[in-house]
Amino acid sequence: MLRIGIVVFPGSNCDKDVYQILSSFQNVRVEFVWYTKDKLQGYDAIVIPGGFAYGDRLRAGIIAAHSPVITEIKKMAVHGIPILGICNGFQILVECGLLDGALMTNRSLRFVCRWTTLKVENRRTPFTCLFKRNQTIRLPIAHGEGRYVVNNLVEKRLKRKHQLIMRYFGDDPNGSTYNIAAICNEEGNVMGMMPHPERASERTIPSYDSMDSIDGLTIFKSLIHYLGNGRNDTMPFAYIRA
Amino acid sequence: MKFIVLVKIENKPYIDDPEGDTILRDLIARGGYVNIESVRCAKTLKLVVRASSEKSARQITQKLCDDLRIYNPTVSNCYIESGGRTK
Repeated sequence: MLRIGIVVFPGSNCDKDVYQILSSFQNVRVEFVWYTKDKLQGYDAIVIPGGFAYGDRLRAGIIAAHSPVITEIKKMAVHGIPILGICNGFQILVECGLLDGALMTNRSLRFVCRWTTLKVENRRTPFTCLFKRNQTIRLPIAHGEGRYVVNNLVEKRLKRKHQLIMRYFGDDPNGSTYNIAAICNEEGNVMGMMPHPERASERTIPSYDSMDSIDGLTIFKSLIHYLGNGRNDTMPFAYIRA
Repeated sequence: MKFIVLVKIENKPYIDDPEGDTILRDLIARGGYVNIESVRCAKTLKLVVRASSEKSARQITQKLCDDLRIYNPTVSNCYIESGGRTK
């Protein structure tokens, strides 16, 4: 039985959506983890869902990044446990230093809530291992601070080390550097993404455009596949390089 | 003693500032103030710090800004200014 934790902060609002999807898999036990928890043991993976932790005060994700649960998650990340941050979760992973860069106010200065097209750039992660090579997918975004920014040096390093996981394809919803939508750490076990896969995982919640998709489900299927039986053939980068 | 310390968080020069650009383009320039060349937005925190001196108040503030990542060093600069003594 796999055990996956969903971290809940004051202001998280996508926690139950992620729970709904993950709990639909067999042999998966999903648990909510309150942000004050200072001991996490026995989890196979952690998801930090979207929302507005601490009301985005000061800067999205920064106050949550100092929570006790994040200290624990940092330890888990070192041990190779998959950590997925979605939207506000991505912002928290950046602010706590597990991922590079910064997520700034969208170039339009507006909250952007719509579907977008993305290209999966790297399939060698626990979260993307079931996508096809160079697959384009449709996922919804909903954020005000999603402009991913890094300097040239870090951008080059992200490219060189294959840490760019998804890029907006034929679309530029927020002005991100190199159209980046999702990145991972060097080891490949920590991924942050601005789009919401949990909102594109069920046919019962279609988009209002005609191109509704459940591409988001493949992210969660990939994770379950990786944890269940794919660890050997889909190891994060560190293992592949070795 | 108590001192006012101002923490100013501003985007680094190479980072776009769409808010500043919009203020310049759609408010200031449109309002006829053509001699304004640039606008950069910044966030200011006003702290009241208990310390033995103004210098010490600034040092305490600088340390907390660095320790707690009050600013994201990837994209922002942080300036500490004294605002004088307060009651």
